[in-house]
Amino acid sequence: MKVFMLGWEFPPYISGGLGTACYGLTRGLDEAGVEVTFVLPTAVPLDAASHVHFRTPATLMGDLPAGTVLTAEGFQRLTVRALPAMLQAYATAGGFEQMIEQLRQQQNLGALGIPGLTALAGGGGGGGGRSFVGGSPGMYRGDLLTQIQYYASLAVELAKREQFDLVHAHDWMTYPAGLAVSAYTGKPLVVHLHSTEFDRSGEHVNQQVYDIERAGMHGADRVICVSYLTRGIALRRYGVPAEKIEVVYNAVEHPDGGMGEPPPIARDEKIVLFLGRITMQKGPEYFLHAAKKVLEKFKKVRFVIAGSGDMTGQIVELSAALGIGRHVTFTGFLRGDDVARVFRMADLYVMPSVSEPFGIAPLEALSHNVPVIISKQSGVSEVLTHVLKVDFWDVDEMANKIIAVLRHPPLQRVLRQQGQIELRRLSWRDSAEKCKEVYQQLVGVA
Amino acid sequence: MASVVFYFQVHQPFRLRRYSIFDSGTNYFDGRANAEICRKVAGKSYLPTNAVIADLIRMHEGRFRVSYSITGMAIEQFRLYAPEVLDSFQALADTGCVEFIAETYHHSLAFLYRRDEFVDQVAMHRQLMADTFGQTPRVFRNTELTYNNDVAQVAEDMGFDAVLTEGADHILGYRSPNFLYSPPNCGQLRMLLKNYRLSDDVAFRFGNRDWAEWPLTAEKFARWVNQINGNGYVCNLFMDYETFGEHQWADTGIFDFLRAMPGLVMRIGDNNFLTVSEAVDRYPVTAELDIPHMISWADIERDISAWLGNSMQANALYELYALADDVRASGNEELTEDWRKLQTSDHFYYMCTKYFADGDVHKYFNPYESPYDSYINYMNILDSIRTRLGQKKA
Repeated sequence: MKVFMLGWEFPPYISGGLGTACYGLTRGLDEAGVEVTFVLPTAVPLDAASHVHFRTPATLMGDLPAGTVLTAEGFQRLTVRALPAMLQAYATAGGFEQMIEQLRQQQNLGALGIPGLTALAGGGGGGGGRSFVGGSPGMYRGDLLTQIQYYASLAVELAKREQFDLVHAHDWMTYPAGLAVSAYTGKPLVVHLHSTEFDRSGEHVNQQVYDIERAGMHGADRVICVSYLTRGIALRRYGVPAEKIEVVYNAVEHPDGGMGEPPPIARDEKIVLFLGRITMQKGPEYFLHAAKKVLEKFKKVRFVIAGSGDMTGQIVELSAALGIGRHVTFTGFLRGDDVARVFRMADLYVMPSVSEPFGIAPLEALSHNVPVIISKQSGVSEVLTHVLKVDFWDVDEMANKIIAVLRHPPLQRVLRQQGQIELRRLSWRDSAEKCKEVYQQLVGVA
Repeated sequence: MASVVFYFQVHQPFRLRRYSIFDSGTNYFDGRANAEICRKVAGKSYLPTNAVIADLIRMHEGRFRVSYSITGMAIEQFRLYAPEVLDSFQALADTGCVEFIAETYHHSLAFLYRRDEFVDQVAMHRQLMADTFGQTPRVFRNTELTYNNDVAQVAEDMGFDAVLTEGADHILGYRSPNFLYSPPNCGQLRMLLKNYRLSDDVAFRFGNRDWAEWPLTAEKFARWVNQINGNGYVCNLFMDYETFGEHQWADTGIFDFLRAMPGLVMRIGDNNFLTVSEAVDRYPVTAELDIPHMISWADIERDISAWLGNSMQANALYELYALADDVRASGNEELTEDWRKLQTSDHFYYMCTKYFADGDVHKYFNPYESPYDSYINYMNILDSIRTRLGQKKA
């Protein structure tokens, strides 16, 4: 069984759950004996603008011809192909122009450090002679949607040279590519719904994005949703027939075992953690309102907000306006070991998401032995029972539960113990096996 | 001849209302939910079953005899929400064929923490039985049939003739629950053990179509009871009264079964029905039964893990009884009654994490979405009690 998979980032270049999920699933498929050709866009990570030096797979390899094969450690049957498209997870149509502009500025300052990166669309002539990953000059022109179509055409080019049984496309930006490859090769298409425009933008959806999502779901042979919550949205808001939909829950990488660092010297303050993108979907303002209520009764607590996003400025101001500024710490975006470190320091993890298709972060918290409060409006609340659940808007109840966890060690203890046990039931291998079943249904039929 | 000893537990807790850390009232109980549930169970179970029992008593002219333990918590709620239920129990008492058993008024686990509190609650309950039904109980059963040798000692000191408990395999071994036993180091006290196989056949398996023995007809059951002849004296059928109509809905045929069964039992093999003290008076003790560790009739384990299986439960019970000295010394009746209602074992049952992921019996009428919610709610209320005690002192 060979799969042509249109995916996203590979660690450590992850900007959120989407990359983690793709990686985890691919790993699981690898273990399940499925051969995967994993196609990545080699975009520059957006938040790189805040770093002087940054790395992408491309920079590690210097100047490579298009579609170079990368190897990934620890995989048996995985082939990774990088396509030169300016696509990056969580980009919005509006933000694309801005992203290009930032990158051009960085390049002009010589701050990017990518050898041979040509002038970006609309920029001054000159530039270097060699092109970026073998593409033609000026290909990064146009808006996000143009890039998506460009990516689709690159994918078809690549697909012509590959052998596979079906196509699996993750989230909306790859759907056009998935549709194109499926149409060209005649192979069945599975689209994987990690989130919808309704989750990301509430009711003010971008019509073009919605249309792409809808086209992808209707054009595919199967739609895999990460939760029944998301399945419901696919049924009601996109008109996808029920028999086309499969629910496959995400999972979490299990830590390697070992105790890790011993806990730091006891500190006075408890730490309540929010870790995720600071954007409407994740409900950061509810976190702060609950924090204020908690501080009415319980003073020795610090609220840590780890992440970055379009609402960061707003949230910083809100913490000041609520008068709790000195109890709130903003860490910015955390990567790699820093994530593990902040989890180990936390006494409690809170996910007040407004609409979370799944939510891998609570699983990561549990794997680091941190008790968890999650919003009921999340896919992960369908699989976890040993966590505290609350409606995202109910800041009183959120505060009630936060205070209870901080005040009562037995509660923490049982949540931790039971959470660890429950976590063992969730594995990427199981998710992969379910995907494999879907593949077999399609390939058997086709 | 074998004697069927029916014992029915009748209990409803005062369920707590949602009480967050920000709440400050002193009304801890969810009046609306409790009223609704009380009336619902009255309609589906208590009233129809009492009617069947009354009919059977009349029909069999006194040969059909049963025993009940009705908790103080249930009786208070009947008075508040469904007085006709209390009337129907009193009517049953008047037939002379019904015996009432003593227990802790508040259906509590006080025995494990405060003996003085335990003794007071049993005395309160005895008084309640006398006031309500005109009976002085001779037989005692601890909350949810929790029992060990110490319970027996205290029961004997309090003047009871017999104690009921669970016929758990791990304490009986090869022995049968169909005989009478006595605890070690007791003079007169006798033990009646629940025949859990036959009891649970009625209470749990009756309506289950996947059960090998479904449908359980009255004839079949009467034959099973008859097999005890020669193999024992008593067939102790101990169960929750809600079995009839609530746990087993009317459409399973449970009421028809109940109606038909006594006649058939009496006809097939000349067996009879006795109340608990009648059984104790009639039959001799067969052996001594040493039970050093607490047992109960709950879950598969038949121990106390349903109420004391995790840290939250242990912590909640500890904090509750840590207030005992101050509450008992406070002289504040309202506060004391509130604190006592918080002792009802159900509150800790709701905190059990044992089968939470499977979601079964523990969720029945469980007002909480999770055991964690129940613990958080409970501890917030204990805070309030503590605050009231503090104010009392000040």
